[in-house]
Amino acid sequence: MSDVTAGQSAPTIINLKKVLGPAHVWALGVGIVLVGEFMGWNYSVAKGGAYGSLIACFVIGLLYTCVAMIDSEITSTVAAAGGQYAQAKHTTGPLMAFNVGLYLVMAYTMLESADVLVIGDLVHGGASELGRDNVDPHPFVFLSVAVLAFLNYRGVFMALSVNFLITAIAFVSIIILWVGVHPFSPGEITQHAQMLAIQNLPELSNVPGLPYGWLGVLASFQFGIWYYLGIEGTCQAAEEVRSAGRSLPLGTMTGMITLLIAAALTWWICAGMLPWDYLGQALAPLYDASKMSGSTFLHILLWVATVFSAVASANGCINDASRAWFSMGRDRYLPQWFSAVHPTYRTPYRSILFLIPIAVAFGFTGLLAQTITFSILSGLLGYTFMPINVMKFRRKWPLGSIKRGYVHPWHPIPAITLFILCVATLFAVFLGFGTQLLAMMSFYILASVWFTFHRYKFVKRGDQFTMAWPRPRGY
Amino acid sequence: MDFWDILQYGAWAVAGLLLLWMVVDAAKVSRRFSEDVLTSSQEGIDELAQQQEQHKGGR
Repeated sequence: MSDVTAGQSAPTIINLKKVLGPAHVWALGVGIVLVGEFMGWNYSVAKGGAYGSLIACFVIGLLYTCVAMIDSEITSTVAAAGGQYAQAKHTTGPLMAFNVGLYLVMAYTMLESADVLVIGDLVHGGASELGRDNVDPHPFVFLSVAVLAFLNYRGVFMALSVNFLITAIAFVSIIILWVGVHPFSPGEITQHAQMLAIQNLPELSNVPGLPYGWLGVLASFQFGIWYYLGIEGTCQAAEEVRSAGRSLPLGTMTGMITLLIAAALTWWICAGMLPWDYLGQALAPLYDASKMSGSTFLHILLWVATVFSAVASANGCINDASRAWFSMGRDRYLPQWFSAVHPTYRTPYRSILFLIPIAVAFGFTGLLAQTITFSILSGLLGYTFMPINVMKFRRKWPLGSIKRGYVHPWHPIPAITLFILCVATLFAVFLGFGTQLLAMMSFYILASVWFTFHRYKFVKRGDQFTMAWPRPRGY
Repeated sequence: MDFWDILQYGAWAVAGLLLLWMVVDAAKVSRRFSEDVLTSSQEGIDELAQQQEQHKGGR
């Protein structure tokens, strides 16, 4: 059993396998997110117009840049599966960690369900275009989850190598589409002058270009999240990268740069080719833009890229949700049974298996908007706690007290900026999905009560702190 | 039965087989290894760093 580390007299220990590099980290983060460029972001156009969506793209881009910087610093030192969960456990405490862990699992599992739901719809839509109208999407939802879970079950290296390939193809396809619509010949294929000039609703707003004024721009933030949702998932690979201090910051920050480029190109292509009132409710706007280009090659390429982006996202989500669930099981926040590692493949196989029926069940509902809203809200709640955690981290272990793979600049400005933007985005979500937000908050409060009064007695308090750090300042 | 029907049945079958394989494999692993071994993973253990240290020590 060469995969297993064993001491002479110590019991055999099976850990997750350290085989990943920066490219895998990039593939994990960008792979989860890129589907958001192919669909979803455009609902922000319905709220704030095309210019409002662009403002949301930049403002939410700033939010996620703060997330990526803060995550990169903490995870380069807390190199443990569970990502933000493990960070919260070390910097704040068990109740915070339990909540953050739950947010992570729900955010990724719901996003996975939404992804496979989209794959089913794309197969259904593709079959319709080829003349067969009544193809059932359910077998393709089930097949997507099963194939990707199998890939993750058999090993993280292959799962994320595949993700790298299909994510790269999807990203390059956006660039090819941008080149294909002749960006240096405005008016030839893209019609920004006409498309952006008709976005005024004088009876509702007197701000030129913003049909619903600045409140509409604020409301568009909730869908601006789609441009970047999930980039923080890179942290879940912390225990499986060969060099956490180098790979995680490098993979996360290059991933964030990739997404900023992809988001800007996506907005530019779609805003110049599709009327804003159509764009605001389109299912797959980049695919629609490829059809508008008149090129059969671009049409087929973007269909394939849209499917690839959804597959890559679901694949990354299976990886991340299972790591968070596994990590909580290992600390006994959940039954320890979930913390089993496969002796041959070195993956958290029980956690992968356990989450399959949940993802399939939500994928079968066909409720895309509700499922993705659950994911967005869970992610957003997690980001809101990050500023608190990083403040505590820097106060307890100031610079120079422990070795950091990356130090984020201008602390505490990114943390304060992140907190303000999270509050603004939560307000935007409240405007659009107030009932769901309150229902979810209630769910998490009930889960916290369960953890505090029932589950916490199983937690080994002495095992919580695993990093070889000096005693925190003030303790 | 046309191409799309075969594709749909094929998708159900392949998905079912993959799932079955994983469940059977998980059951086999649980029988072959004790629960203490399977859940022995430890947070904060850097095997590669330990190997490098051993390597340095052996020189």
